[in-house]
Amino acid sequence: MANVAWPQEGDRRVIGKRISRVDGPVKVSGEAKYSYDINRKGMLHAKAITSPYALAKLISVDLSAAEGVAGYVAAEIQEDLIGDEIRYCGQVVGAVVAETEEQAIEARNLVKLNVEVLEHQVVDSDLAKFEGRVGERTDGDVDKAFEAAAVVSQGQYGMATITHCCLESHGQVIEITKDNELLAWPSTQNVSGYAGQFGDAVNIPQNKVKVDCQHMGGGFGSKFGVDNWGILCAKLAQKTGRPVKLMLERDTELKVAGSRPSAFANARVGLHPNGLISAVEAEVWGTGGNGGFRALPIPYVFTKVENTKLLTKGIRTNTGSSRAWRAPAHPQGCLITMSAAADAAALMGMDELDFFLANTALTDRPEVYREELRIAANIIGYRQKAHLRDNLTSGPVKRGLGISLHTWGGRGHPSECDVSIHSDGTVEAKLGSQDLGVGTRTCVGMVVAETLGLPHAAVNVQLGRNAYPASGASGGSTTIGGISVSSRRAATDALNALLAVVAGRLRTAADNLEAVDGHIRQMDKMDNRISWKDACAALGANTINKRGVNDPNASVEEGLIDAGVGGVQIADVSVDVETGVVSVNEMVAVQDIGLIINMKLAESQVYGALIMGITYSLFEESVYDPKTGQMLNADMEFYRLAGIKDVGKLKVHMMTGKGYDERGVIGLGEPPVISPGAAISNAVANAIGVRVPHLPLTPDRVIDALQKGGNIA
Amino acid sequence: MAKEQNHSDFSEMSRRGFLKGIGAGGAATGLLSDASMHDAEAAQKGLKGPGEIPITLNINGKTQRVRVEPRVTLLDLLRNRLDITGAKKVCDKATCGACTVLLDGDPVYACSVLAVEAEGRAITTVEGLGSSVNLNKLQKSFVDRDAQQCGFCTPGFVMASTAFVRDNPNASVDEVREGLGGNLCRCGTYAGMMLAVSDAAKNKGGSNG
Repeated sequence: MANVAWPQEGDRRVIGKRISRVDGPVKVSGEAKYSYDINRKGMLHAKAITSPYALAKLISVDLSAAEGVAGYVAAEIQEDLIGDEIRYCGQVVGAVVAETEEQAIEARNLVKLNVEVLEHQVVDSDLAKFEGRVGERTDGDVDKAFEAAAVVSQGQYGMATITHCCLESHGQVIEITKDNELLAWPSTQNVSGYAGQFGDAVNIPQNKVKVDCQHMGGGFGSKFGVDNWGILCAKLAQKTGRPVKLMLERDTELKVAGSRPSAFANARVGLHPNGLISAVEAEVWGTGGNGGFRALPIPYVFTKVENTKLLTKGIRTNTGSSRAWRAPAHPQGCLITMSAAADAAALMGMDELDFFLANTALTDRPEVYREELRIAANIIGYRQKAHLRDNLTSGPVKRGLGISLHTWGGRGHPSECDVSIHSDGTVEAKLGSQDLGVGTRTCVGMVVAETLGLPHAAVNVQLGRNAYPASGASGGSTTIGGISVSSRRAATDALNALLAVVAGRLRTAADNLEAVDGHIRQMDKMDNRISWKDACAALGANTINKRGVNDPNASVEEGLIDAGVGGVQIADVSVDVETGVVSVNEMVAVQDIGLIINMKLAESQVYGALIMGITYSLFEESVYDPKTGQMLNADMEFYRLAGIKDVGKLKVHMMTGKGYDERGVIGLGEPPVISPGAAISNAVANAIGVRVPHLPLTPDRVIDALQKGGNIA
Repeated sequence: MAKEQNHSDFSEMSRRGFLKGIGAGGAATGLLSDASMHDAEAAQKGLKGPGEIPITLNINGKTQRVRVEPRVTLLDLLRNRLDITGAKKVCDKATCGACTVLLDGDPVYACSVLAVEAEGRAITTVEGLGSSVNLNKLQKSFVDRDAQQCGFCTPGFVMASTAFVRDNPNASVDEVREGLGGNLCRCGTYAGMMLAVSDAAKNKGGSNG
């Protein structure tokens, strides 16, 4: 009889192996159909009507010129916006649909918004603009602690607003059939939760909304909703009786389809004579644009610091709303904490590695961080390369090392999965999850294959449709825990049903059987066995169908999943003090993540997070013009992503084995993307002797910091 | 990196084509004055459009006859009219390379080439390489090295790499970094791509390569 507990290391035949993603071949051959690629018969093309104003009262929308364009079919305006405020430039207020994409653009460009322009506010770095309630959290007595401290360091730290910049922009294709079914192909992180969001907008019952998303081109936390462009698309499909494709154009995508809040802080850190942090105080401000701004986790990771004070001031701006961006609030909290802490260590003349090693005592998992710090330091050759901050390398190109620690939860979400075993031996797993490119499809197949004693390719995994059992939205590193347990439970139950069928034939009890290497065999007499195919043939006309459910609390109790991980990153950078250009020579990431289902894909996640982290550390920033309220770099030339030559040498080490594997499965999407900003900023400070206060670490900011001579008290 | 196109071949070219061409790496002032000259010349020769005109394209070895407005880009023609969707629309401004295809073997940004410009030239899209069940060496390397996550940039990288490996069979790591500088990835798959392209360069000369 099979049970759901994860197999021990020596018994794992599929789990933990370096298996290539199963959808790799369709991606490298262009066969993978993304939502943007769906072309339906008779399909119309829609383009969003967007606001050129950062703040204005919308009086009416004049479509008369647009209607004259050849190929124009219809338009839809979001009615409740008429008479209301448009709150940021790029805001989608409607859409025009035409026979061709070119005609849709031509017509849309002729739409005129009649507005009363109001005074906007897009500046996020000016505390004088702050209105509203200050969030406050205190613990202990910071004033007393700073008085008693051996060293008190004070500085300003922060990072600009960035966007998600999903390569596949937000949007969908929608078709309403003659049976009044709504077929939707959205680019979404939320297949099972998508249909319910139409509400009564199109008056189609939820059980007649069919969602399909087989491949999606990046979400990073910004693609959970139907959004108003989804509603507009559905209404246009209904109005025209034809399928409609509405994908956002790049400029709109960058302005409105999600951003990560900026965060700045005046922070103070006090140290005991032994280098342990005694107090942390931070006054934090920033903006979530038209959305909210939440308190940051400060002090980050060092949660056992006794004296802390955190003030939070959210500034509302007339810019697009923030959305969850990988590890919401953590990169900001991490940057501010780790930078301020490293500045305090430098002020004390303490080596950064020694400092962080000592302060692991103030974390929730000191042993894990200590082990990871030692491994990371060895990989990058820290002891050979390290120098104190006031001991710069010679020449105009300075080198430095910087360290950061991070944490994340990553507990699996609720998920259901069906596993079927057919009499011809074929196996299917179905679930309403989605594969964002992290390997969900591959991992479900691996878990089911491990459970059934089959090679991973033997399992056909179907996901991306809401017709399948509901599985949680993919956000917050919750997917791998959710889907690995639901598929494990379904496969285990299905196998046990099969064992019961073949037990008689093998003349033993079902609970004395196991599935290994393509056979069902007797545990204590391994040559008493039959092949998988023969076992399944015994099903005759029947198919085994079992549903597995991940109830997160129960699965944590059973040790199948867990939450709470630690990771460490060290960056090695060069800074040209004549030009201000920062280059990352090397970065190492060491990550604890519980039981790893697929080592190759896990490593890819961490490499990707490092690269995304390098990108936001050095290049990314949504730049707004205070006077016009416009985003000045709403394209991919000036909203810069790192290219292949910008990322340096990257090294990834995953913690495995005793102390890690037995924790069960934990999510990985967020943790490694948290530390790069802090590690790189610390490395730059170590290289040039002064802190560059704000990310991205562009040449102008570096030169400015050099000219000011730093801000270490 | 996409090569600069030789615009002198195209007398029937709109200003839009020239402006988009500048994005691919031309000297702006020189091209603008060329564009004005071309407009005048084109008018004399009887420029077709702005309505649909018939053109014949050679795509992945197959001849395709289509009617298309001169303003339609090669990318939009492939994706919207022919349902050849491997090349992706991402920046639509000749920056990210997700739409890279080969024109007579040279990598170009299909978002910045007009469909009418591609007439008479061999167009190769990612669909013209190996299919998912018959991948070529480079595609296999992309899979083996996990040089993709969401995969939306992947076809563009595969096409840029195809031309790069062909032209630089013994490329060093630094040369690979330079050679793939015309494409962008958001998920951060560069580590895998470096290995994939290096493998493919090393393995070049084998069958189906």
